[in-house]
Amino acid sequence: MVEKLSTINVARIREDFPILRRQVNDKPLIYFDNAATSQKPSSVIEAITRYYRYYNANIHRGIHKLAEEATLTHEESREKVAKFINAKQTCEIVFTRNATEALNLVAYSWGRSNVRKGDKIVLTIMEHHSNIVPWQLLAQEKSGTVEFIGVNDEGELRQDDVSKLIDDRTKIVCVTHASNVLGTINPIKDIGRVAHEHGAVFLVDAAQSVPHMPVSVQDIDCDFAAFSGHKMLGPTGIGVLYGKAERLEGMPPFLGGGEMIREVHTTGATWKDLPYKFEAGTPNISGAIGLGAAVDYLQNMGMGNVLAHEKEIASYALNRMKEVEGLEIYGPTDVNRRVGVVSFNLGDIHAHDLASILDEDGIAIRSGHHCAQPLMEFLGIPAASRASFYIYNTKEEVDALIEALERARKIFAR
Amino acid sequence: MSSDIYKDIILDYYRNPRNFGDLPDANVRAKDSNPLCGDIIEMQLRIGDGKISDIRFKGKGCAISQASASMLTEVAKGKTLEDIKAMGKPDVLTLLGIDPGPSRIKCALLGLKVLKLAVYMHLGQAVTEEVKQLA
Repeated sequence: MVEKLSTINVARIREDFPILRRQVNDKPLIYFDNAATSQKPSSVIEAITRYYRYYNANIHRGIHKLAEEATLTHEESREKVAKFINAKQTCEIVFTRNATEALNLVAYSWGRSNVRKGDKIVLTIMEHHSNIVPWQLLAQEKSGTVEFIGVNDEGELRQDDVSKLIDDRTKIVCVTHASNVLGTINPIKDIGRVAHEHGAVFLVDAAQSVPHMPVSVQDIDCDFAAFSGHKMLGPTGIGVLYGKAERLEGMPPFLGGGEMIREVHTTGATWKDLPYKFEAGTPNISGAIGLGAAVDYLQNMGMGNVLAHEKEIASYALNRMKEVEGLEIYGPTDVNRRVGVVSFNLGDIHAHDLASILDEDGIAIRSGHHCAQPLMEFLGIPAASRASFYIYNTKEEVDALIEALERARKIFAR
Repeated sequence: MSSDIYKDIILDYYRNPRNFGDLPDANVRAKDSNPLCGDIIEMQLRIGDGKISDIRFKGKGCAISQASASMLTEVAKGKTLEDIKAMGKPDVLTLLGIDPGPSRIKCALLGLKVLKLAVYMHLGQAVTEEVKQLA
C-alpha cells in the first residue's frame, strides 16, 4: 500500500505554537490531548490581542470607528467559518459558546416546537454527553423516547440498527461525525439520507471532525451541525451552530435579550433576521475574531493536508502501540476509518494512574470516561486513556509515548 | 523504573490490599464514588464503645484511591470515632508519603471521606460540609 504522505512541514508549524516550547516536569511538553482542546498558534493569540489593543468595541449598534471595525472583523469571521464548512449562506452560521450550547440551542428551540408525545429521537451509543443529555431532557419533557444506534466489534455503527431504529416516528437523528473515544468516522451521509427518507431532521456533532478533516455541510446535507472553536486552534468560549436557513427561519429564538430583536414594545417583540435571532446579548467578539484567525491558519494549511498528517501519525501510533505488551486499543483497526484519536488501556492499570505516570514524562493525554459513559458501559470498561493528535505532533513524540507506556508497564509490574 | 508518585508502598497496597473484602459482623457501612475517575470505595465497620474494633473495605479504581483506602483501614482499627472525625488531608498524605497534586487529590481522599461518612452515619449526625468536600 502506498501511504499518502502529508505535505505538512511540522517543524515550521511547531514554531507557530509558543506553548510547545514549554517544559513539563523538566521534559519538553508532548501534547496529546487535542481532542479535548487544541493549542493555539501565535496568529490566533495575536488576533485576539489586536482586537483588545486597537479596536475593542461593542458590535452592531455603534456608529463610531472602533465599533465599525469590530463589527466588520466579527462578521468576517462568520464568513470565513461559512466558507470553511461550505455552508450555502453566511447567515446559516450562528455563533454560540461551544458545541454543547449549539446542540442545546437545537434541542430547545427546534425540539420544543417540533417534538411531541410518542415521537422518537435517534442517537448513537458513541455520542458525547453533550449530544445525549439535551435530547433526554427534551424527551422527558415531551414524553418522547430516545433510542441508540449500537456499535459493532470494530467500533463502527451497526448498519442494521440504522435501518431498524430510524422510522416514520423519528423526528430527529443526531450523530457524531467522528467519535471522541473510538476515533471512528461515521458514514453520516448515508445515515442522513435514511433520516430524510423518513422525514426526520438530521443533526451532526462535528466537534471532532471539522478541526481535522475537510467538511462540507452541503455535501453531507445535514440540517444542523455543531462544533467548538477551541478544538480547532481557536479560543475557548466560541462555538458554531450551522443550520440550513429554512430550518433556522422556522425556529423560535433560544435566548431573549439585546442584539436579537428587531423591535420591543410592552406588548411583545419581533426578532432580527438570521443569524442574529439566535445571538442574544453582547457576543464573544474576541472569540469569534480568534476563531476567524484559526480558520485562516487551517485554510492555509489545507484540511486535506491536516487529515493526511494526522492519519500518518495515528497509523504510526497504532502500529507502535501494538508492541506494548498488554495494551488494548479501542476502535477501528483500519486507520482510514479513523481520525487521530486513539483510546486504550494498558493491562489492569487504571487510566488515571497511567495519565499520572505519563505526565511525569511531560506527556499530556486524557483519561477517564471522556464524557461518553454510555459508550464506556457498552465497551464494558470504567475508563480509558486517550492520545489524540494534531498538526504539530510528530512521530518522535509517539516514540516518547511508547517509551513512557513501557515505563508505566514496568512500574506496575513490580 | 521509578516514579515520583507510584512509590513501592503505594503499589504494594494496591496490589495486595490489606483489610480488603466484607466484614460479616459490621454494624455500619458507607460507600461513595468519585464521578471524575469512577473510583468507588465501600467501608464496612464494626463499632463498639465509641471505637472501631474492626474494619474492611471494598472498591474499584486507581492505585491511589485503593492504596489510601487500604492504608486508612489499618490506621482506623482501634481508633475512637472522635479520632476519625479529627483526621484530615495531612494524615492521608503522610500515610501515602506523597502529595499526588491537585488533579489526583480527590482519589487520595475518597477513602477518608467514606470512613468519615460511616462514622457520622453511626453517630446519627449530619455530615459536615468539610467532609462532603473531601472527595
